[in-house]
Amino acid sequence: MSLDAETRWTRLAGFWSDFRQSPVAVAALIVIVSVVLMAVLAPLVTPQDPYNQQTLDLFDARLEPGETGSGGYVHWLGTDAAGRDVYSAILYGLRTSLIVGVSAGFCALLLGTTVGLVAAYYGGRVEAVIMRIIDLQLSLPAILLALVLVAMLGQGMPQLIGALTAAQYAYFARTTHGAASAERRKDYIEAALSTPLPARQVLFRHLLPNALPPLIVVATVQVANSIALEATLSFLGLGLPLTQPSLGSLISNGFQFLLSGRYWISIYPGIALMLTVVAINLVGDQVRYVLNPRRSR
Amino acid sequence: MSAAILDISRVSKRFVKRPSLGERIAGAFGAGRKTEIVRAVTDVSLDVRKGEVIGLVGESGCGKSTLGRIVAGIYTPSDGQVTFGSAPVAKEQGRRTQKLTTRVQMVHQDPFASLNPRMRIGDTVGEGPVAHKIVKAREADGYVADMLGRVGLDPSYRRRFPHQFSGGQRQRIAIARALAMKPDLLVLDEPVASLDVSIQAQVLNLFMDLRRDLDLTAIFISHDLGVVRHVSDRVAIMYLGRIVELAPTPELYAAPNHPYTRALFESVPRVGVGRKDFRPIAGEIPSPLHPPSGCHFHPRCPFAGPRCKREVPALAPIGPGRSSACHLNTGGTA
Repeated sequence: MSLDAETRWTRLAGFWSDFRQSPVAVAALIVIVSVVLMAVLAPLVTPQDPYNQQTLDLFDARLEPGETGSGGYVHWLGTDAAGRDVYSAILYGLRTSLIVGVSAGFCALLLGTTVGLVAAYYGGRVEAVIMRIIDLQLSLPAILLALVLVAMLGQGMPQLIGALTAAQYAYFARTTHGAASAERRKDYIEAALSTPLPARQVLFRHLLPNALPPLIVVATVQVANSIALEATLSFLGLGLPLTQPSLGSLISNGFQFLLSGRYWISIYPGIALMLTVVAINLVGDQVRYVLNPRRSR
Repeated sequence: MSAAILDISRVSKRFVKRPSLGERIAGAFGAGRKTEIVRAVTDVSLDVRKGEVIGLVGESGCGKSTLGRIVAGIYTPSDGQVTFGSAPVAKEQGRRTQKLTTRVQMVHQDPFASLNPRMRIGDTVGEGPVAHKIVKAREADGYVADMLGRVGLDPSYRRRFPHQFSGGQRQRIAIARALAMKPDLLVLDEPVASLDVSIQAQVLNLFMDLRRDLDLTAIFISHDLGVVRHVSDRVAIMYLGRIVELAPTPELYAAPNHPYTRALFESVPRVGVGRKDFRPIAGEIPSPLHPPSGCHFHPRCPFAGPRCKREVPALAPIGPGRSSACHLNTGGTA
């Protein structure tokens, strides 16, 4: 038992010592952790609840970054047309973006993994039909599919998560299918089938755990993609209603002022979005590198 | 003699590789591949009696592993059937094979591939018996410990992962997994071929002990004539998908009948016999994609005549409990 715990701990330590070889990835990880912390703790670290209309004052509208408003505190990133503190709005917007991104990524992971496993396990016609559908879907841009689905399902967080899941599960399905088809041919699966174990047990206790490593990488990248997709939809006015804004709607909120010199309303949420997405992608890249068994050590 | 518990009756296995869509389109223009059929096993019949060990010997590619997998219910035969007791071992379900019995278990050749690398060995050994209610889930731990002890492993190892074991230990785990299902018949597919010679002896001795203690019935697949002589009661020699000779072990080793069996014995290098001129069998084993006509061995056989090219020799009795498939026994090769 103790020896076993030790092995697991050693493996994790090995993973970490490989991971921190890249200072960029470590910096990106720090960015992600701080972004998540700030989003979670938003009510404690912001001067204003930007979506409580009573705390907003129209006299504070469109203040420049650094000006002090009627609340008596400094608006470090300025205010928007409704007198909302941009800094506070970004942190509250991050909450929405992260919730949508992570839940959509997670749902897509569950759906896509199941579909991919079933295709790899059953083979034959089942595999052919599932994988051709996946191919077909991957030949369309994800954003197009998400747009059509959101337009059909209407606004709201569950609908949005549903649309993003449907637009993205195909990436997980294809990755799982590839990894699982390779594992499917190995002797331990044959041994499990000739015991015989029930299909469910072979799928989830033998095939899935061994097909998992590449999925972790896809999962990180797809969370970043979900966040960016959601921002795009919200920017186009199709995502979430303005009463529940995300980073995308904040960017679109200041878009009309961009050319009149009030750059901060759009630019700062944009920077926050970019930082988050790039950081997640950098961490994903490093995880991919560390988990690749063929890399030269 | 006890009764047969496993009946292999006129079993054939063909693997069909159909051209893919792209190759079919290419085929329409005169290029691309045609449908290829590999005849891995052709018309094999064999009875396995309770308590005996049958050695299945042949060169690589002769279909011995395929036959083992058919017996173990991993493949279904294309023709003929394998019955255990009175029921078939497996049935075809769509394109997949559904195994119907737990009483035939298999031990694979490569213990580095046959154990799930992400599962503790205790779970690997215990999940089958729990799934089939051989033990209750809460008694599984003790049962697994008992099984590991039986194959000579420390029961406290059961929470470890396969990568923490050597090849010989892993093969013991694989044997424990098979034994845990309380099988009546064990199929061992070259269980020692991938192990070091010193470890081979350990695993073979373990097998002999288990055989004595549990009264095992087994099909022991190997290309090593020495190993097979050590463990088996009867030996079946396979060549290119067919059994060419079947005999009790002492008789076969004393007086091999089939020219292929004789050639196989002569090709084995031996230490200390004083003979340095072991002769390899002439030529290569032919491709099972395009097997030779008549007797499959005729292109390599020193005694081949025109009849061998025309006519497939039947596996015919040549003595008590012995049979051989050669025209030399039935009126000559002319």
